Amino acid sequence: MSDMQSRPAGTETPPAGTGNDTPPEAIKAIKLRHPWRMVLAVVLVVLAVLFIVDAAVNRPVYNWDEVGKYLFDTRVVEAAGYTLQLTVYSMVIAIILGIVLAVMRLSPNPVVKSVAWVYLWLFRGTPVYVQLVFWGLIGVIYKSIDIGIPGNEPWISIVTSDLLSYFALAIIGLALNEAAYMAEIVRAGLLAVDRGQEEAATALGLGWWHTMSRVILPQAMRVIIPPTGNEVISMLKTTSLVIAVPFTLELFTRTTDIAAKTYQPVPMLIVASIWYLAITSILMVGQYYLEKHYAKGIDQRPAPQKPTVETKAVAAVEAEMPPSDHHSGGGA
Amino acid sequence: MSAAETTMANAQTPMVKAEAVSKSYGSNLVLRSISLEVKRGEVLCLVGPSGSGKSTFLRCINHLETVSAGRLSVDGELVGYRQHGDKIYELHPKDAAKQRRDIGMVFQRFNLFPHMTAVENVMLAPTLLKKGMSKAKLKARALELLARVGLAERSDYYPAQLSGGQQQRVAIARALAMEPKLMLFDEPTSALDPELVGEVLEVMKELAKSGMTMIVVTHEMGFAREVADTLVFMDGGVVVESGDPREVLSNPQHQRTRAFLSKVL
Repeated sequence: MSDMQSRPAGTETPPAGTGNDTPPEAIKAIKLRHPWRMVLAVVLVVLAVLFIVDAAVNRPVYNWDEVGKYLFDTRVVEAAGYTLQLTVYSMVIAIILGIVLAVMRLSPNPVVKSVAWVYLWLFRGTPVYVQLVFWGLIGVIYKSIDIGIPGNEPWISIVTSDLLSYFALAIIGLALNEAAYMAEIVRAGLLAVDRGQEEAATALGLGWWHTMSRVILPQAMRVIIPPTGNEVISMLKTTSLVIAVPFTLELFTRTTDIAAKTYQPVPMLIVASIWYLAITSILMVGQYYLEKHYAKGIDQRPAPQKPTVETKAVAAVEAEMPPSDHHSGGGA
Repeated sequence: MSAAETTMANAQTPMVKAEAVSKSYGSNLVLRSISLEVKRGEVLCLVGPSGSGKSTFLRCINHLETVSAGRLSVDGELVGYRQHGDKIYELHPKDAAKQRRDIGMVFQRFNLFPHMTAVENVMLAPTLLKKGMSKAKLKARALELLARVGLAERSDYYPAQLSGGQQQRVAIARALAMEPKLMLFDEPTSALDPELVGEVLEVMKELAKSGMTMIVVTHEMGFAREVADTLVFMDGGVVVESGDPREVLSNPQHQRTRAFLSKVL
């Protein structure tokens, strides 16, 4: 690289056209000014400072001491853990079920297609809160889960409330609802993949499963992930509804319960909000890395679109000689 | 007709045999009673104006499209169907997939898998379908194929990093990876910049020389003249004229062939 033609220093650029090997003079334009940006920023900063000072000094109801006291309270930290668990477990189930439902909806089998359609109709058509109340009552509606032939003594009978804790029911409720939305996201992703991809895989003799899992889905992921990140963050906040089951140990219910004893609702709301924000921020970092992973091969800069030395190498292959005038790039 | 349908494949059976093959989309008849034979090792070029049904016919051969009437067989086996006595049964998708493994196809738009490198593209089908071969051996074979199309050094490039001509050559290597007995080319150079056409045709010429049976839908009359054993001119879903390419190109018998050739030559 050092033996490249020397570039003239910016200030002493010779007039254009003197030498053949000197690059053309770089444009030295005076930057466009944006005075209003500065004004807007200053105004906003001043407003923010005023708000903060006011909140710290004039509003005793915020009670920042209380916020500090409870932010890392064991009960609160535990509750944040439960909230995170509810989010992660229900999203994992929802994503898997959503993929299954999306694939079912696109399946050529009309039975499977209808099943997926009915599922979506049911779980998207009713509020998640109502569904969660239903799941909470499942132990009352179906006292035991029986396996056997209807009309006969069941072979196995399990009391529903023994099998499913409120925690499990909360996850089931959230996951089954979310799966309906995930199914639509996944379907959009699958449909976004070029039809030629499926054709190429089919022409190679790949079966339906291989075509889906190796060719279509990995490419659909790129489209699926951003809205899924949205859903995860949305789910984090939806977990505050599981009181409907009733599961009471998650962040919002727990902080509300504490506030009910201290008679100070506002500081506890702030505590909960800080935790929600913290978890959201962590999830966003995860999303960034996932997006990067599935952008593989897409974000690559195209190499120069010119015929390359390999064109001649074909002739070399003709004579059964490896292209020897290049380092072989064959390795891994 | 049942007597003619033997599943035994021998040297005499033509690689592709079409008897009165027709295809319609609803009431729109796109192929009308196409009959032709492609012998082993033969290179057949299909030419004709767009909409003449040549690509559809090609896609019928590996069952990407279903034939609506007539009989189409590859290596003595019906494509997409199974005959038992007088009855014709639809083939299970698994068996249809198995049939396609013996037929390589190259598309106009390359259709490489963009999330895989060149060598991964070539390896995919053998990795999934040829059980019992070690990963190292599969990779060595894939690299060999890439070397054959002159792209050994680009094995770790993603399709987006390759030129159109390079992508199409990777696509040819990918189609060869399942060791097909028949190769189908659907306008392989139509999506390429003019200066990149040559490198792809060069690879195809080599392939023809190695004895591969090939059916090529193309607008490259020079290639057809030089490489093809048979040239088939289609128009309006029928075979208008076929024969030795030099013969057909220099002395077309039909008005429609003459009209078409006068525009492309």
